[in-house]
Amino acid sequence: MFLINCPFCGEREQSEFKAGGEAHIVRPKQPTELSDDEWAEYLFMRKNIKGIQFERWNHVHGCRKWFNMVRDTSNDQIKAVYKMGEKPPVK
Amino acid sequence: MTNNLRFKTSKFIDETYRVSFKFNNKTYFGFKGDTLASALLANGIHLVGRSFKYHRPRGIMTSGSEEPNAIIQLHDNSSRTEPNVRATEVEIYEGLVASSQNCWPSVNFDIGGINNLLSPILPAGFYYKTFMWPASFWEKYEYFIRKSAGLGKSPKVADPDIYEHKYIHCDVLVIGAGISGIMAAKMAAKNGFKTLLVDEKSYLGGSSIYDNSEFSKINNQITSSWLEKEINEISKIENLEIKTRTSVAAFHGYNFLLARENLTDHLPINQRENKVRQRLLKIRAKKVITATGSIERPLIFDNNDRPGILLSSAIKKYIDLYGVACGENNILFTNNDTAYETAMSLIQRGIKINAIIDNREQIDSKISYEVEKNNIKIYKGYSIVDTYGYRRINKISIMKLSKDGQTVIGDKTKLNCDCLGVSGGWTPAVHLFTQSGGKLKFREEDQVFIPNFYPSDQISIGSCNGDFGLEEIIKNTLSSIKKFLDIDNSEYKTVETISGLNQSKRNIWLLPSDKSIGKTKSFVDYQNDATAKDIKLALREGFRSIEHVKRYTTTGMGTDQGKLGNMHALGIISETAGTKMGEHGTTTFRPPYTPLTFGTIVGRNVGEFFDIFRRTPIHDWHVANNAEFENVGQWKRAWYYPKDNENMHQAVQRESKAARDSAGILDASTLGKIDIQGTDASEFLNRVYTNAWSKLAVGKCRYGLMLNEDGMVYDDGVTTRLGENHYIMTTTTGGAANVLGKLEDYLQTEWPELDVYLSSVTDHYATISVCGPNSKKIVSKVIPNLDLSDEKFPHMSFKNAKIENIKCRVMRISFTGEHSYEINIQANFGKSVWEKCMEAGKDFNITPYGTETMHLLRAEKGFIIVGQDTDATLTPIDLQMDWIVSKKKYDFIGKRSLYRSDTIREDRKQLVGLLTENPDEVLEEGAQIVADIKKSPIEMLGHVTSSYYSPNLKKSIALGVVKGGKNMLGQKLIIPMENKNINVTVADPVFLDKEGEKLNAKL
Repeated sequence: MFLINCPFCGEREQSEFKAGGEAHIVRPKQPTELSDDEWAEYLFMRKNIKGIQFERWNHVHGCRKWFNMVRDTSNDQIKAVYKMGEKPPVK
Repeated sequence: MTNNLRFKTSKFIDETYRVSFKFNNKTYFGFKGDTLASALLANGIHLVGRSFKYHRPRGIMTSGSEEPNAIIQLHDNSSRTEPNVRATEVEIYEGLVASSQNCWPSVNFDIGGINNLLSPILPAGFYYKTFMWPASFWEKYEYFIRKSAGLGKSPKVADPDIYEHKYIHCDVLVIGAGISGIMAAKMAAKNGFKTLLVDEKSYLGGSSIYDNSEFSKINNQITSSWLEKEINEISKIENLEIKTRTSVAAFHGYNFLLARENLTDHLPINQRENKVRQRLLKIRAKKVITATGSIERPLIFDNNDRPGILLSSAIKKYIDLYGVACGENNILFTNNDTAYETAMSLIQRGIKINAIIDNREQIDSKISYEVEKNNIKIYKGYSIVDTYGYRRINKISIMKLSKDGQTVIGDKTKLNCDCLGVSGGWTPAVHLFTQSGGKLKFREEDQVFIPNFYPSDQISIGSCNGDFGLEEIIKNTLSSIKKFLDIDNSEYKTVETISGLNQSKRNIWLLPSDKSIGKTKSFVDYQNDATAKDIKLALREGFRSIEHVKRYTTTGMGTDQGKLGNMHALGIISETAGTKMGEHGTTTFRPPYTPLTFGTIVGRNVGEFFDIFRRTPIHDWHVANNAEFENVGQWKRAWYYPKDNENMHQAVQRESKAARDSAGILDASTLGKIDIQGTDASEFLNRVYTNAWSKLAVGKCRYGLMLNEDGMVYDDGVTTRLGENHYIMTTTTGGAANVLGKLEDYLQTEWPELDVYLSSVTDHYATISVCGPNSKKIVSKVIPNLDLSDEKFPHMSFKNAKIENIKCRVMRISFTGEHSYEINIQANFGKSVWEKCMEAGKDFNITPYGTETMHLLRAEKGFIIVGQDTDATLTPIDLQMDWIVSKKKYDFIGKRSLYRSDTIREDRKQLVGLLTENPDEVLEEGAQIVADIKKSPIEMLGHVTSSYYSPNLKKSIALGVVKGGKNMLGQKLIIPMENKNINVTVADPVFLDKEGEKLNAKL
């Protein structure tokens, strides 16, 4: 079980959190102007990387805040956590 | 007691404390400090069980948690009965009752033993190959296979014991209290680390604590004496917690570990009352030091499984720790020096050793010379080719090994014995290390897998790290702990060791025989009866992956998980396939390391705490008034209230009729309630609901539909504008938490610029809904100072009110189609307001109704229930709810998806009403809907989602989804059932009062 460093609360058990899929997928500002394919790209397409992945997590049984995490999916090492709207600290 | 097997030399046995116990219905005696295994051996008993497949007699093989054979049923015929318990781990107490498993009528005469004679026709994969044909016979086969499968009996009644879970946080966790674990714990604790030391045994010190040999010394003291002083010292260190009888079951990522602490299993039953039996420790350690030691390997030769054949180290432990001799005429069989330590322990007590058979040609160590000096015959370069004796070994035959170790040569010699100790070297116990994600490497010199890559802040020390000699263990433990904890080494300035052993070994995975392999039974997995022959057969049949061979032959799949034989299986595979050991890797080591009881896993979450349910503030009233309950999410909701001897149907018909004829009352407290505040609250609602919200006046209510971004209906409910920047949203009962989560997600991640705050207030309010033509009269009695006139309080509006000075919110909204009020009041007043309503409604036959009647009433009106009539594949258009989708709004969640090529298809499943040809026939929910039953295969058009008999319409009504249903009004369709086809007509989903006359009637 991960030990997750919530950017608002500090280190907490994984059981307090909920994973929320890939991060940095911006909801289109003008969805009506998109073609079906463009909209589908936003709606359905996810990378599911083996290796360094940027993902969203929610401290659902804690401060209820969403934040971002950089995780190596091949060994579950958490490389970084950062608040929504902040730039990813590692490339 | 056979006294010549018990020696008064052990300080671990209290000979003044005699303990009686029963095994297979016979009473025996042992001493306090004995395990069941040591006590049985002291009584001359080796045969304790039968093997799984061939029912071969099996004896005690080891002295620890790796035991494959001596697994017994504990507390026979009691509520505490437990199968598959290792006799080598059970500490005896007065009154213990145990019996053998997998045998009938008795362990000495077992009918299943016939399987042993049939073994030539029961090869690996026998079940897979035999019971495949004819396929239709499987049900018959299954009955017999199930009867004969499995070991032991599970308990039939509830477990009387108490279990619990506990969290532990520490700086350093040390697993295993052998010599290196003790040293590591002392170094950690003395340097200020909060340290926890655990060991699965009841004592500390591991195998060194009974190492009294002159051949291994530390600082010129006998190993056991030196270690005793160390243990004495660490027990006084304040920030070191020591837990014995505690077995680490799992080592997960991020140094999260699970351990089982045994608290009462060693106590007589009458001393266990009201005590916690086992505790599951959830340990989060900053650093983990694994010192789990190693497990002695057996040797693989023909008939290597007879009772009386033990690991050589087990024989040593039984004599040194328990003072028990396993036999009176011993033979040791080895490929390394450890058996000579056993020999010395036996020699010191004058126990006879007939011979030592050693695979090695050259033996050059002090201890072996010492053994030879005692006139013990050592057969160098020899191997055992067969053993004899059915219920106990009585003879072996040996032959000389060829130079390459592949064959045996020369004459066969027979030797007598009643006990055979085997040693094939040692396997590091890397189970926990690999569970944590650690990667192993194979060390060619002595053919062992050792830790290579650590995935977290941890280290392996001692023999689990492949350090076997005393000197190596101590030297490497000191240097690695120093580095790992970044400390200086002040605790152990000088530690000098002397060892009489050297580490030479002649490793042969499968020892050769003078017979052909097909005629041998060389067991690799004792518990599952998998032999070397089976593994070779699997390879001949084309299996290559170690994981496949494991499953095909069941090697390593018993309750012991192959702690003894897995390495040999790997060795035999690589030798047969001509590949290198390291290339195969190992099979996956999965938790738990030793089996856990279900009690430990569930802890206190039993009975009413197993799945905790939520009660509304009015729950007690429902119970007192005979309600039946339905689970909705975690909630218990009143389902219906049977009167006299009513069944569900009768109760629901009565309740539904009363609600429309006069008055009904419903506990709606479970509906999700979200308080929404902020200057952008209206804009926020605009974005999350399909309809428009900006123009909703303060004091008004509106129904909203929420979609997922894919356009599918997600939730629905009424939201009320309490003030300029203040709303209260209701959600479905089951969807409350998810809706809040979804709204927070959008607020925080997509629209952080919006000034909106969300708060769940579901539990804070009780919600009472009063409906029916007399609802107005009833509510006016309960809240006399509230003007209920249509002008002041029209449908879809809200008022603040007071009931005896307690503030409440009253909404005039309706889920039944009747004139109806919803009273929301602080939860703790819920029950008393409910009772007031009941009192006020007495003259109007106010009838409490449950969820079933609620579902019926709304179905009459064609109102959907999200999750019953929808299943995340329906858009509002599919639901014929186009009216609620704003055309003007630029965007809302899911809008763009409503005109994807897939969502605009005409032939999507759409919600329709269904009327049966026979008005008394009620459809089954979930039934399939078709048009043409002659076509093959029949095309499924959809299914029934809701179906009831309506007492108000006096006919059966149903809702369903049908492909292209919108344009099928009036069309005939068929519901094919098991025995008949039911004719239905597609109808408008609103069955009752389409114009809303009831809702707006002047009362």
